[in-house]
Amino acid sequence: MGKLVQVKNVFKSFGDVHAVNGVSLDIQEGQFYSLLGPSGCGKTTLLRLIAGFEKPTSGQVFIDNTSMDNIEPNLRPTNMVFQNYAIFPHLNVEENVAYGLRNKREKRADQKKLVDEALELVGLSGLNKRSANALSGGQKQRVALARALILKPKVLLLDEPLSALDKKLREQMQSELRHLQRAVGITFILVTHDQYEALTMSDRVAVMFDGKVAQEASPRDLYELPNSQKVASFIGEMTFIKGEIVGENKNLQVQSEIFGKITIDKSRVFGQSSKKMVLGIRPEKIAIVPKTSRSKDLISGKIIDVSYFGETTNYKVSCGTIETLTISSQNSVGQLSYSVGEEIQLKADMNNIIAFSV
Amino acid sequence: MNRSNKYLKTFAITYLIFLYAPALLLPIFSFNSSQIIAFPLSGFTTGWFKALLYQETLHEALRNSLIVAASSSIFATILGILASRAASRYYFPGKQFSLTFILAPLVLPEIIVGVSLLIVLIQLGLPLNLWSVVLGHTLLIMPFSILIMNSAFNNLDISLEEASLDLGETPLGTFRRIILPLVYPGIMASLLLGFTLSLDEFIIAFFLTGTETTLPVYIWSLFRFPKQLPATMALGTILIFVSLILLSLGEYFRRRAAKTQTSVL
Repeated sequence: MGKLVQVKNVFKSFGDVHAVNGVSLDIQEGQFYSLLGPSGCGKTTLLRLIAGFEKPTSGQVFIDNTSMDNIEPNLRPTNMVFQNYAIFPHLNVEENVAYGLRNKREKRADQKKLVDEALELVGLSGLNKRSANALSGGQKQRVALARALILKPKVLLLDEPLSALDKKLREQMQSELRHLQRAVGITFILVTHDQYEALTMSDRVAVMFDGKVAQEASPRDLYELPNSQKVASFIGEMTFIKGEIVGENKNLQVQSEIFGKITIDKSRVFGQSSKKMVLGIRPEKIAIVPKTSRSKDLISGKIIDVSYFGETTNYKVSCGTIETLTISSQNSVGQLSYSVGEEIQLKADMNNIIAFSV
Repeated sequence: MNRSNKYLKTFAITYLIFLYAPALLLPIFSFNSSQIIAFPLSGFTTGWFKALLYQETLHEALRNSLIVAASSSIFATILGILASRAASRYYFPGKQFSLTFILAPLVLPEIIVGVSLLIVLIQLGLPLNLWSVVLGHTLLIMPFSILIMNSAFNNLDISLEEASLDLGETPLGTFRRIILPLVYPGIMASLLLGFTLSLDEFIIAFFLTGTETTLPVYIWSLFRFPKQLPATMALGTILIFVSLILLSLGEYFRRRAAKTQTSVL
């Protein structure tokens, strides 16, 4: 296992628009890697630079330690699943899947076998002769996958492949894609704007804003230890509270109205430390505790808003300051529900608070 | 059926009669046994059609027309493919301007085009023959070819080409295996329409033809001989049917082009 795809300080401009603005990435062999970001952040351009459809304005892309500078897309060890699938409308399923084999000099009998294997891999066995126009969205998706995987690329590039599918099918395809990647062992690079898709499917995620990589981490670290307020609020929800540094040794002591004086480990501090800081906490790291609880450090507050989501309920709680806390509570067995105006007691998990510079 | 629909129907029927009734006179008189083109009809004959078989000048004009129609529709279609491909995939300065001007022959009076081409050819010292007619007809047909090919290329999803390259095919192979099959109905529509336009065209052919005449010019010259008139009617009848068949085929391909392209999405 080594670095399979290396992006080295790549810039790409279209006229005045700097789509990719100095990106460096190392993608390990066999990884399921996601490029995550809002639309217009440059993630698709970066994928197209790896595929070879765009040439970098400056910087280099290496695949398997080979510079891709002068290598055209048809000669790169990459294959792509396009956002709209790009199934050839004048060919049937079998002809679509076998399209790339023509230049591989496979024998006809072997081709037939490879096509059948590829179709079985994506769950389309027996649809060989089906016309491309008679396929559903999910089936087109599978044909696009089979067509790319049959060529055994070193890297499979996926450009928002699930965005056109409905929610149920999308969730099913997410888990299928994950299993498929494990089964074939090929490195997948997925472009998506859906943070949950990136978290559930990937080994590693790069979050991009404005042509730059804001953070590159495993899904768990990305969620638990976002390195900026922007990343934190793009991936899930986070409440931000103003704080002030009152002491600094191995750890940081921060004073805030709601949490009082707390100690934050240096590994949970991001940005230049200055006197003023912003404290962040995820909604599910705060629990509503019974009034009888004698636990220390309880925060008392009043519910000002309730949003019911089925499996969870979100409460907005005012704690007597201008700032409000957001709490997410699992609606599991025995969990009480609360309504607007109720006085409650909260227990925040202080170990999960993150400090950002202002 | 409400009132406005009824009026519309009446209007449509009147319009169709006005459009096609004169053309219907051709087949009627071409089977009439009298040499005089007038009612009442005197009797049925297929003699005028048989007479066509023995007119060698007619055969020569027909052969000339076929050569001109085939060559100019092929040239115009090739130029149309190149222009539309350039317009749909590349940006270059003055693109919109040149696209507008390429379509100019659509609105220029043919007689102006014919006269100016004649002047240019004479100034250049080029001989007037079938190839000068081909040149004129190519110019005439090209705007139609470009319009047809433009819609074929504009509806072609660029990611299909990228997918083909991505799957290891060369740019040339991509053109052959993906682009050509997808715009093929457009090519057929352009060829058939071009062929029909050239076959029927009179003014430009009249100006640019040398000693070898095309069919319409030949027919026009026949009007000096009243005896030939019924045979001309027979010839006209055949031409109408051939044109109708070619146009329907062209329309069939145009619709197929529209259909394959909408299903891409």
